[in-house]
Amino acid sequence: MAQFTLPKNSVVKSGKSVSAETSGAKKIFNVYRWSPDKGENPSLDRFEVDVDACGPMVLDAILYIKDELDSTLAFRRSCREGICGSCAMNIDGTNTLACTKAIDEIEGEVNIYPLPHQDVVRDLVSDLSEFYDHYASVEPWMQAEEPKDPDARERLQSKEERKELDGLYECILCACCSTSCPSYWWNSDRYLGPAALLQAYRWIADSRDEATDARLEQLDDSFKTYRCHTILNCTNTCPKSLNPGEAIAKIKRKIADR
Amino acid sequence: MAHSARPVSPHLQIYKPQLTSVLSILHRITGIIAFAGAICILVWLVSLAWDAPMYYFLQNIAVSIPIQIFLFFWTLALVYHLLNGLRHLAWDSGKGLELPDVYKSGKLVVSLSIIVTVIIWLTKTL
Repeated sequence: MAQFTLPKNSVVKSGKSVSAETSGAKKIFNVYRWSPDKGENPSLDRFEVDVDACGPMVLDAILYIKDELDSTLAFRRSCREGICGSCAMNIDGTNTLACTKAIDEIEGEVNIYPLPHQDVVRDLVSDLSEFYDHYASVEPWMQAEEPKDPDARERLQSKEERKELDGLYECILCACCSTSCPSYWWNSDRYLGPAALLQAYRWIADSRDEATDARLEQLDDSFKTYRCHTILNCTNTCPKSLNPGEAIAKIKRKIADR
Repeated sequence: MAHSARPVSPHLQIYKPQLTSVLSILHRITGIIAFAGAICILVWLVSLAWDAPMYYFLQNIAVSIPIQIFLFFWTLALVYHLLNGLRHLAWDSGKGLELPDVYKSGKLVVSLSIIVTVIIWLTKTL
């Protein structure tokens, strides 16, 4: 049974307040904090950031906080240009990448939480092991016998066949979609979630892959696939503007047509 | 040093209501309301076929203001569930899943539900 409220140890308390002591324009960032060493509940710390002294993106503000206001803040980031997926978090109520979300887009105070309904390792770093297990379970690699023609050294695709993969291969596995999905919140023990299913469809749609039937067989499961109730928070939140909801609908259609 | 158990990050508490998720949960809620109302209609129909005094008794209750208000919202729930069901049917056949279409059809279903419900109530004879 899904638990709609937070367990006792996860309830967020109000935290400390730190201000930048500079003369530039200030914006308030409320950031979720939790440390495994303190034995306390998570808290929401309030930081006044000098937005004149930092870059335009929310990630820049987070880096400003770490550099200038509180060096103990933990978060993941790497490429700072929306291609690695590390800085996925909940900003202003929806999941997105901190590095591609402009501070200007957000009115008033900026609330920053880790990706929703995940075990928190520390501050904005959540444990994505289950998410990666789901990804691995769809066997995301090409499965095909050796080319039947011994002279053929490549598996060729027509332009049309290649086009089928557009909108699928661009996924960076940032987990924004899966952790925006209420069904994934309540059923992540058995539901694969939009990201893993989009990747499953990426191989189903690949003309070179020969395991389509086995893939559909595996996905024909009331939990793995059919806990998707077409809520479409996934498509709504994807920072790469992909459409996991549509990919899942296509999987369901292919299962029905089998 | 012993570490404390990891907390679960906030979810429902912090995720902004989206048109997508709000219409989805409404679909479920209106489904439950429609079902509850259908049981009331069933009782009313059985009484009509079975026992005149009971029918008139229920009829008197049905025209009371609170029950009329309930029936109005039941109609709204039923119409919304029906129209949004068509939306789900289109999605299941792979149509209308582009995000702009999802928003358009969502707003259309909400407006149509209100319009159709009002028309039903303006033209009803009971």
